[in-house]
Amino acid sequence: MSQHTVAPQSRSDGGSAAGRTETPTPDAGGLSVVRRALRVESVPLPALGALALVVVLFSIANSRFLTMANVRALADQSAIPVVLAVGMTFVILMGSIDLSVEGVVAATSMVTALLVANNRTHENFGLFAVVVSIAVGAALGSIAGFSVTRLRIPSFLATIGTWQIGLGVAQTLFAGRPPVVQDQDLRSWALKTWLGVPRLAFVALVVVLIGLWVQNMTRFGRYAYVIGGGEDIARLSGINVKRFRTLAFAAAGACAGLAGAMATARSGQGAVANGNGYLFLTIAGVVIGGTLLTGGRGGVVHSAIGVLIMVSITNGLILMGVSPYISQSVQGVIVVLAVTATLWRHRERLRVVK
Amino acid sequence: MSDVAYSVQGVSKQFVGTRALDDVSVEIRRHEVVGLIGENGAGKSTLLKILSGIYQPDSGTVTLHGQPVKFRNIAHAMKQGVAMVFQEQSLLPNISVAENIYLGNERDAVKQGVFRWPLLRKRAAEKLDAIGSQVSPRTRTEQLSFAKRQMVEIAKAMATGEGSHHDPVILLDEPTSVLEAAEIQRLYEVIHELKKRASVVFVSHRMEEVLEVCDRVYIMRDGKVVAERTKDEIDVPELFRLMVGRDLSDSYYAENEQEARRDDVRMRVSGLSGRGFTDVSFDLHAGEVLTLLGVQDSGREDLARALFGAAATTAGTVTLDGKAVRFRSPAHAVKAGIGYIPGERKTEGALLGMSVEENMTLAHTDQVMKGPVLVHSVERKTVDEWISKLRIKTPSGKTSMASLSGGNQQKVVLAKWLLDPNLRVLILDTPTRGLDIGAKADVYALVRQLARNGISVLLLADSLEEGIAMSHRVITMKDGRVSGEFDSAPGARPERTDVLERMV
Repeated sequence: MSQHTVAPQSRSDGGSAAGRTETPTPDAGGLSVVRRALRVESVPLPALGALALVVVLFSIANSRFLTMANVRALADQSAIPVVLAVGMTFVILMGSIDLSVEGVVAATSMVTALLVANNRTHENFGLFAVVVSIAVGAALGSIAGFSVTRLRIPSFLATIGTWQIGLGVAQTLFAGRPPVVQDQDLRSWALKTWLGVPRLAFVALVVVLIGLWVQNMTRFGRYAYVIGGGEDIARLSGINVKRFRTLAFAAAGACAGLAGAMATARSGQGAVANGNGYLFLTIAGVVIGGTLLTGGRGGVVHSAIGVLIMVSITNGLILMGVSPYISQSVQGVIVVLAVTATLWRHRERLRVVK
Repeated sequence: MSDVAYSVQGVSKQFVGTRALDDVSVEIRRHEVVGLIGENGAGKSTLLKILSGIYQPDSGTVTLHGQPVKFRNIAHAMKQGVAMVFQEQSLLPNISVAENIYLGNERDAVKQGVFRWPLLRKRAAEKLDAIGSQVSPRTRTEQLSFAKRQMVEIAKAMATGEGSHHDPVILLDEPTSVLEAAEIQRLYEVIHELKKRASVVFVSHRMEEVLEVCDRVYIMRDGKVVAERTKDEIDVPELFRLMVGRDLSDSYYAENEQEARRDDVRMRVSGLSGRGFTDVSFDLHAGEVLTLLGVQDSGREDLARALFGAAATTAGTVTLDGKAVRFRSPAHAVKAGIGYIPGERKTEGALLGMSVEENMTLAHTDQVMKGPVLVHSVERKTVDEWISKLRIKTPSGKTSMASLSGGNQQKVVLAKWLLDPNLRVLILDTPTRGLDIGAKADVYALVRQLARNGISVLLLADSLEEGIAMSHRVITMKDGRVSGEFDSAPGARPERTDVLERMV
């Protein structure tokens, strides 16, 4: 068999190999970087398109939607769920789920309020309280992670557990009297703005950037895709799946801890109810952004954009004077439609649905 | 230093009730391609699992580069440079090619938990270059065709044990079973390249392949190595005898039973177009076996499905015995006397949850019915008749399809169509894929018999050899169009290379 009889075959089936250059130097010039970014999945084009559509429709429906004041409100409302969604993304990429966010936010919101200057305790750790809050969140996340990996409890049950633990901790710390924050440093993050945008939104932006770096550059981030894509193969390749999965829950918990501190800064007091409503918003955002609940697909930026879509819709419906109850139903419908749309391509493989 | 890279001595493995391996000794020399051939159940996959570290032998020793070894698991074996390329591919679809090649084996390409992408991609590109693959390390793996993913899989195997000063041992588990003929040629080339840098074990149950690529062959039967031969010492009939334990009665492809096709045209296809194929024309005669050959996406599967009414056509005509036909659905085609055995036997052809009997009478219940009522006694009799006629190994017609071997399942699926007394054209999509040699020979003989009875067979062959040897005529397809046509008769078969040239 001569070489040239066979050589053309390598080009005849599927055009995807066309990108290979003779010298595989990895980082070329600026333009190709943009083109490459558009080609890979790291840019959630469908979600961006959906966001643009939502913004355009609401701008047409109500001229107040795109005013500076409303953009500020959107940024303010998105900051906390975006932070939660970044942590959640890694858990979902691995094919697990974290339902505990509201409980962890409640607990860490109380922790933050009681550790900064307040009207109930004499503690005053200043912004160090935020670090403690993140650590408490990570600890709760680790409990969930250990329950999943060592006790082999399905993640939705394990995190319902830590949700309740978080609520219990929060109630205990609350003790019937809300601690009002007197630390003006903490409050200023929610009240003051940079470039007209609340500082909390910049916190969220930094978290997204860190999340993106972790996702693309670190072993933890890449193995989230590996584990979600095929846990058996990951294990056969000698990857310590349990360790990375536990780490993902801890990371989600840490994000929830930060979110708790942000919630306290925003509301000015520690409260059990500080976490209310975030579970739906976070999971809906992650899913609408294009991260599949089955794992292995999507990413941090997807989720952040998904959250922006959800917040824009809520905000836009309120501006149009739609009743909040109807608005809630509309959000539910949108989630169902979005999941249908993302799974549409895979519908043949999903012939059996239970 | 001895010339032996990897060996097992006197290895046995017992499972509940069966002795899967019985005192087996095999050695693999440096830069050698060793074939491991045997029917399903002969023990070759058990041996492979021991070689790759998945199983531990009950007794006997395993020696790698002169040192006795005991692998704890497959990751352990891979660390020492013994890598398996699985039949079911083990690549992750959602990550890049470079990541897959070095998955769990990144070493200094990940520093303090942070990826050094340029280094990882450079190394992956070197591995791909070494086997002449054009795939980019950045490509997301799911964007590649099966054949290209297999090249990545081989590159991954080459990357195992990188850094140790021994060349790797690469175990290929039936690597050709789902490849198209031209891709198989490409794989042969790669194995030839691999040989310079590695020792290769090649497992197969296709005899021609083993003779083509291997320097030396171990033939297994009933858990034992029954013979060891070099490539030059052995030919197909002897290989068959050693593997199956009986002589090849006729030639493997029952070529002596090939009769000339009849003059009357059974099916005339002219200018037929549809999704995946364009302007296809040919005549299919009564009593003819017409082979369609082509690489993946050549359009031959699409054409076959369209002829059976399972896909729409956009232009052109089909006549059956002189009458123009246009099938809107498979049911319509079945009524006109066309039978179709799909490529995915497990998912399309056979209902594994139902009995042999039910599977057989599925498409032609009218043969076992009186009016609207299914007559069980007739069904039983018909089914038993076919079970004995086709030598189907099953305790009874009531047995569940799932408990039959692949070969016997295929015979049941064939019987399903043979029940039809009006059967005129039978379309067979890779009917022998995954079957044992013995079962294949049975299927070949059956196809001959059908042709002799005047049935026209359109065969989408599983390999070049099969397609050429079985045919009265070979039609090649490329990019959805007919690219060549060859007459074929015993003793006057077209050349493999000529046929291949028209396919790629």
